[in-house]
Amino acid sequence: MAVTVRIPAPLRKLTGGSSDVPAQGATIAAIIDNIEASHPGLKARLCDETGGIRPFVNIYLNDEDIRFLDGPDTRLADGDLVSIVPAIAGGA
Amino acid sequence: MDFTEEQIERYSRHIILPEVGGIGQAKIRRASVFIVGAGGLGAPAAMYLAAAGIGKLGIIDDDVVDLSNLQRQVIHHTKDVGVHKAESAREKVNLMNPDVEVVTYHDRLMAHNAREIVAGYDYIIDGTDNFASKFLINDLAVLTGKPLIHGGILRFSGQVMAIRPRESACYRCIFREAPPEGTVPTCQEAGVLGVLAGVIGTIQATEVLKMILGIGRSLTNRLLTYQALDSEIREVKVKRNPDCPVCGDHPTITDLMDGEQRACAL
Repeated sequence: MAVTVRIPAPLRKLTGGSSDVPAQGATIAAIIDNIEASHPGLKARLCDETGGIRPFVNIYLNDEDIRFLDGPDTRLADGDLVSIVPAIAGGA
Repeated sequence: MDFTEEQIERYSRHIILPEVGGIGQAKIRRASVFIVGAGGLGAPAAMYLAAAGIGKLGIIDDDVVDLSNLQRQVIHHTKDVGVHKAESAREKVNLMNPDVEVVTYHDRLMAHNAREIVAGYDYIIDGTDNFASKFLINDLAVLTGKPLIHGGILRFSGQVMAIRPRESACYRCIFREAPPEGTVPTCQEAGVLGVLAGVIGTIQATEVLKMILGIGRSLTNRLLTYQALDSEIREVKVKRNPDCPVCGDHPTITDLMDGEQRACAL
């Protein structure tokens, strides 16, 4: 499946500044491996050592949190939009 | 409503709005807001809520004004360097609008003092700069049932969301726990474009005013991200997580906890 992955600002240094990255894969997990291949370093920011998605990172398929779908096994369709949304804690 | 002639003039641009009117202005005057942190986000939130005629503002901060704060914390002036931030904020609010009752706390919001302090307020604004405080404030809002406006800024990005405890998604529904210390940069290391604080802190004040007035469509169940470099606003829908450790159906967090780490971004 050909999808677009929306990269949040803190991770754009790993994508050469791109905010939207094209990716191929049938599931969220496959997409993460696919963008890691094209932009090394991304996976470590999104997943922990066991491969699970880090608790302060959220991934959305279109407008839906994948946690409420099938998590990393969530299946994708052509044209889907995958958004990565990390927590931001600054403020003072 | 018994506003004085002077108050009617002061708030006239509100009062002529059909969505506000005299009744709405009286609601604003009856409302109280607790602002955690008199820093980047807290400064514009406090100033606009004061200008709007909020009845009571609580401001907590354990820090003093530093010269490096003035690039974004617009409630503090150069003469205030070394002054307690909450006190400096109170001075400006009083100068701008003497109608507003300001209560200051030169303290750090912690598990042991948070419930008692927040008891006197209707709404909470998170203007803190670290995950430990943001989770503490979220849990405080859920456990006390007080609506909370979350905000965060870093580098060129900001994030904001409104939380109506047990009705809409809370911060922990979305971000379950703070990242481990050392895995993310601190705010000092990362930097921030000062004006981001104004953008996000002002949205936080706006959302509180909408809740007070009962108008518009709230920023609940919506996580808004503003990226200044691309002039881009994105929104994702979020929803309550039935498995949320604090606001879910079988909560495992039933009391407040202090965290230690002060990291502030992915």
